[in-house]
Amino acid sequence: MIAIPLQHILIFSLLLFAIGLYGALVRRNIIGILISIELMVNASNINLIAFSKYTSLSPETGQIFALFVIALAATAAAVGLAIVLALYRIRKTVQADEVHLLKW
Amino acid sequence: MENIGSFIDMIFVTAKAWILALLGQFLPVWIVVLASIVISGVAILCLGPVIMMYLTLLERKVIGRIQNRYGPNRVGIWGLLQPIADGIKMFTKEDIVPANADKLIHLLAPIMTVVPALMIFVVVPFGRQMTAADLNIGFLYFIAVSSITILPIFMASWSSRNKYSLLGGMRTAAQLISYEVPMTLAAVPAIMMSQSLSTNTIVLTQAGSFGLNWFIFTPWGIVGFIVFFLCATAECNRPPFDLPEAESELVAGFHTEYSGMKFALFYMAEYMNAFTLCGIAATLFLGGWQGPFLPSWVWFFGKTLALICIMIWFRGTFPRFRVDHLMAFAWKFLLPLTLVNILLTALWQFTSASAAWLFSIMILAAMLYMLVKLNRVFVPEKRNYVLAD
Amino acid sequence: MAAILVFALGVVTFRNLFHCALCLAAALIGTAGIYIALQAEFLAGVQILLYVGGVITLVVFAIMLTEHLAGKTVRQNNAQSLPAIVGLAGFVTALIALILKTPWPVTEAALKAKTSAMGLGEALMGTYVFPFEVISIVLLAALIGTVVIAKKDAPEERP
Repeated sequence: MIAIPLQHILIFSLLLFAIGLYGALVRRNIIGILISIELMVNASNINLIAFSKYTSLSPETGQIFALFVIALAATAAAVGLAIVLALYRIRKTVQADEVHLLKW
Repeated sequence: MENIGSFIDMIFVTAKAWILALLGQFLPVWIVVLASIVISGVAILCLGPVIMMYLTLLERKVIGRIQNRYGPNRVGIWGLLQPIADGIKMFTKEDIVPANADKLIHLLAPIMTVVPALMIFVVVPFGRQMTAADLNIGFLYFIAVSSITILPIFMASWSSRNKYSLLGGMRTAAQLISYEVPMTLAAVPAIMMSQSLSTNTIVLTQAGSFGLNWFIFTPWGIVGFIVFFLCATAECNRPPFDLPEAESELVAGFHTEYSGMKFALFYMAEYMNAFTLCGIAATLFLGGWQGPFLPSWVWFFGKTLALICIMIWFRGTFPRFRVDHLMAFAWKFLLPLTLVNILLTALWQFTSASAAWLFSIMILAAMLYMLVKLNRVFVPEKRNYVLAD
Repeated sequence: MAAILVFALGVVTFRNLFHCALCLAAALIGTAGIYIALQAEFLAGVQILLYVGGVITLVVFAIMLTEHLAGKTVRQNNAQSLPAIVGLAGFVTALIALILKTPWPVTEAALKAKTSAMGLGEALMGTYVFPFEVISIVLLAALIGTVVIAKKDAPEERP
C-alpha cells in the first residue's frame, strides 16, 4: 500500500494547509477561523507522519511528534473556544470584524 | 466426545472455510479474499439487527417480570414474534420532518448513529478465532468508534430546530463524553496485564486454571469491571443514566422530532451499543469466550446476555440520576477511582500474591472512604422564613 | 485524498457554521484513513478519538452556545477574499515547484521499518519522557485556564 510517492502526499498536505490558511484569513466568524486553524494543524500532521514513514529509520519519532501536535492543537482549540465564549457573553457577537474596540 | 465438542466449537469457522474453499476452486484469488470479507460483513449485518430485536423483547419481558406482570405474550408463543410486529409498526409509520429542519442533517443523523454501532461488532471476539477482524489496535478502535457516536447526537438535536431537542442533545453529549474517560481508564489495567490492544489476545491472557485467571477475580479487576460496567450503562443512555431521553423530563430529548424508521434506527443503535459494550466488558474482564464444556460462542453469548440482564435489572430497579449528580459522579468519583486502579495494577504485578491482596484492599478502602467524604452532596442551608402576620 | 480536499473546501466556504464543523469532522476521519494507509494505525485511532471525539465536540458546543437557532445566514467572507486567493495561489505554486525539485531521501530501509503501539509506548516512556511530562503540565494549565476564562462570574451580593 506504499505505492503513493512521497511528493503526492506532500502536495496534498500543502493544498490542505492552503485551504485552511484561506479559511483562517477570510472567514468572519471566529469559530470558523478556529476550525480553519485545526485544518492547518492537521495538514502539518500528515506531513510529519509521511516523512516519518518514508525517510526515517525509526518511525516512532514522527508518530510521537504527531501525537504531541494533536494534543497541543486540542489544547489551543479549547482555550480559543473559551475565549470565544467569554467574548460572546460580553459583546454578544462572534463576528471578527465587529470586535474592533482597540482598532485605531 | 472431544471431537464433537471441538467441531461444534469451530462450526462457524469451518463453515466459512468450506465456503471459501468451494469458491476458490473456480474463482481467482482476489475474489476469494473479497468473499471472505463479505461473508464476515454479511454475518455481522444479519446478526446485529436480529440481536437488537430480541433484546427489545427480552427487556420487555424481564421488566414485566420485575414489575410482577408478564411481558408481551400475545404475538406468538411467549411473545417471540413481537419484535416483528414492532418492526412492521415502525416501517409503516409516517415520516414527519419538521418544516424548519435542516433536511440533510436530519436524514444523516440516525444513519450516522447506527454505523458506528455496527462497526464495533467487527472487533468483538465471538468465539475461538471468530473475531471478524483481529486488529492489533482492537481496543483503541472500539474506543475511537464509540466516541464518534457523540457527533450524530449533536446533529440530531441541532437539525430539529427545537429548544427541547437542543437541551436534550447537549445533556446527552455532555454525559457521553464525561463517561467515556472513566470507561477507557477502567479498561487500561486489563490492557496492561495482557500487554496488547487486540481483543483476542486479551481473552487468551485470561486462560487456564478453570476460570480463576479471569481478570475479574483480582482486586483491580473487580473495581475495573464495576467502573467499566457503570460507564457502559451510561454510554448507552440506559437507566439509571437516561435523563437525556427520559419521557417525563425532556420529551424524549434529542430524538423528539423523529418518527417512524428514523426513530427505529436510533432505537436500534442504542440496543446494539448495549450489546457490544456488554460483549467488550465480558472480553475484558470475564474471560471472553472461555469456559469448560460448552462451545466458545455459547459461553460468549451467555456471559454477554447475563450482563445485559443485569443492565435490564438496573432499569427496573433504580431511579434516575439528576444531571448534576451524573456529571459529579463521573468526574469526581469514577475518574480518581480509575487512576488509583491503574496504580493498583502496577502494584499487583510487582509484589507477591498475598501481600498484593492486602495492599490492594487497604489502598482501595482508603480511596473509597476519601472519595465518599469528598463528594458530600450539597445541601443548602436552612432558611428561616418570617411569615407576614 | 480528493474527498478530503472537497470536505476541506466545504469547511471554508459553507455559510452555515454547523455544516462547516461537520465537514471538518469528515475531513479528519479521512485523514485517519490516510494514516492507516501510511501504516500508522495507532495514530489513526488516536486521531479519531481526540479530534473527532474531543475537538469537534468542543467546537460544536461552542457553536450551539453562540449561534441563534434559526440562524439567518450572514456573509461569511470578509473583503480580503480576493487578495487572499491570489496570494495563496502564488504561495502554493512556489511550494509545489520546490517539492518537486527536492531530492527527498527516501530509502528502502525506511520504507520497511514498522512500528506498533508497543514501540510507541516504549519510545514515549523512554526517549521522550520529558516532553510527555511537559505536555501533561500544559494540558493541566489549559484545563484550568479554560475553566477560569469561560465560567460565569459569581453574582454579586445584594447589600
